[in-house]
Amino acid sequence: MIWTIAAKELKSLFFSPLAWSILAVIMFILGYLFLGQLDLYLQVQARLITMQEAPSITETVVIPIFSNAPIILLIVMPLLTMRLVSDELRSQTINLLFSAPISMTEIILGKFLGIVGFIMCMLLLTLLMPLSLLMGGTLDFGLLASSYLGLLLLLSSFAAAGLLMSCMTEHPTIAAVSTFGILILLWIIDLAVNITNSPDSALSHLSILKHYQVFLSGVIDSRDLSYYLLFIATFLILSIRRLDYYRLQH
Amino acid sequence: MNSNEQILISVNNVTRYYDNFCAVDNLSFEVKRGEVVGLLGPNGAGKSTTLQMLSGNLAPTNGEISVNQYDLFEYPKLAKKELGYLPDKPPLYTEFTVKEYLFFCARLNRISKPRQQAAFESAISRCGLEHVSNKLIHNLSKGYQQRVGIAQAIIHNPQVIILDEPTVGLDPIQIREIRSLIRELRNDHSIILSTHILPEVTATCDRVLIINHGKVILEESTEQLKQRMDSSSLRVGMHNPPTIETLEKIVGIDRVERTEDSRFRFHYVETDYATNPAEKIIQQAVANNWRLYEITPERISLEDVFVNLTTQESSEQETGEITS
Repeated sequence: MIWTIAAKELKSLFFSPLAWSILAVIMFILGYLFLGQLDLYLQVQARLITMQEAPSITETVVIPIFSNAPIILLIVMPLLTMRLVSDELRSQTINLLFSAPISMTEIILGKFLGIVGFIMCMLLLTLLMPLSLLMGGTLDFGLLASSYLGLLLLLSSFAAAGLLMSCMTEHPTIAAVSTFGILILLWIIDLAVNITNSPDSALSHLSILKHYQVFLSGVIDSRDLSYYLLFIATFLILSIRRLDYYRLQH
Repeated sequence: MNSNEQILISVNNVTRYYDNFCAVDNLSFEVKRGEVVGLLGPNGAGKSTTLQMLSGNLAPTNGEISVNQYDLFEYPKLAKKELGYLPDKPPLYTEFTVKEYLFFCARLNRISKPRQQAAFESAISRCGLEHVSNKLIHNLSKGYQQRVGIAQAIIHNPQVIILDEPTVGLDPIQIREIRSLIRELRNDHSIILSTHILPEVTATCDRVLIINHGKVILEESTEQLKQRMDSSSLRVGMHNPPTIETLEKIVGIDRVERTEDSRFRFHYVETDYATNPAEKIIQQAVANNWRLYEITPERISLEDVFVNLTTQESSEQETGEITS
């Protein structure tokens, strides 16, 4: 049942030009960044050889792209998630789901997994760039895998927040703007920490970016893993609650 | 015959508030298997709210609803399995083709994979959608979109079909087609439909619930309603009329009122054709030289019954408020 809704959601996304243009823009920008990094690497290659513990090609070319990708995707994800529920509320197609023998949890999980499916398509496409480096060298696959896991969790968290905002309103643009708000706030929430200079405060643990950077160093820490899983679970449960509210109140 | 008596929908003292506004007030009714029930009422009477609650889209503030003997809120999945719902705006994903959309609905209603094709084919043939099944729903006319909406409601062959104003916005030919579809569906489903178009009720329903201000003000079979409409008055014109008292003495006449100088309205209680006093009036008129020039049976339309009932209640309410 969850898969039925997830498949429908994924299909709807690919029926709209939005998903295709987002994919095109992201591939173009990431591709440009990748070429820039590659150029830089070729310039310093000679010097790197002479170094004792030279950084690998994965660290010098691929990881910088991973640290820039979230900024671009932060702008894109709210656009992908904004219509998930708000469109159904506005066109009243949500009635179809409400009168079908499925629960609110199945509806929300289905929609979430639909978007995660799209994120995976997107990540698979970007995977082609690092893989192309195999033509002239070797890759650190462990580091690559942990970076991809981090990016997948980060984007899934963006999607969960976007899904909740889409449940809150009938207007997709309002959903998108408020998702931007939440994500940017969580992005910069540790600014205050930098000012007060207390690195262990609660705020620094809340920062959505800090946990991601750990993955980029090749470490999969259960604390960061559970941060993202809890983040996603919280927003999904709130979304289910919110959807139930439409039945109870109007 | 026992299975025909089975109650598929039961609504028990259901109340629904929107903030402080009471949209549905202590409503109770039942629908048996194979019955077509019409929910009739002016705009804002609570028809759509009632149907939304029946379909599980809205929780009632108070009261119980059960579908096919399963409580809609304790066993929502079992109850909704036997429920097909067409809201007032058909819930269509317009970027899908008819076929894709209906297959999605089939999966949503937990039809097993091998039975989906058969369910899809029977739904489109019943709704006359065969030749548009590969078109985008977006490109279909309003009438066809409405049919896709009905196909969606019947694809899982539910026991109960709920249709909210199924013929609104359609042209007369489409309306006739949808009505004949409803008549065809009644054979193996129970149907509840709401409408504010009065002839629709007599054309399609077995029983009528007239609702106003969230309350049932009349529950009658269409047969009874037709009898009510079959008139019980005659309009009579005479150039040389006697006094009203003389006229009221004619056998079978209940009451006479003067509408114009030479025109009268004769009220009588009709039980069968033998009690129709028209013949006696003519005989008396000839015998007494009342110079009768016109006699017309008056039919009360469903509109009259409806307007009478809905306005009667509000005037009662007003007087109630004054006395209290």
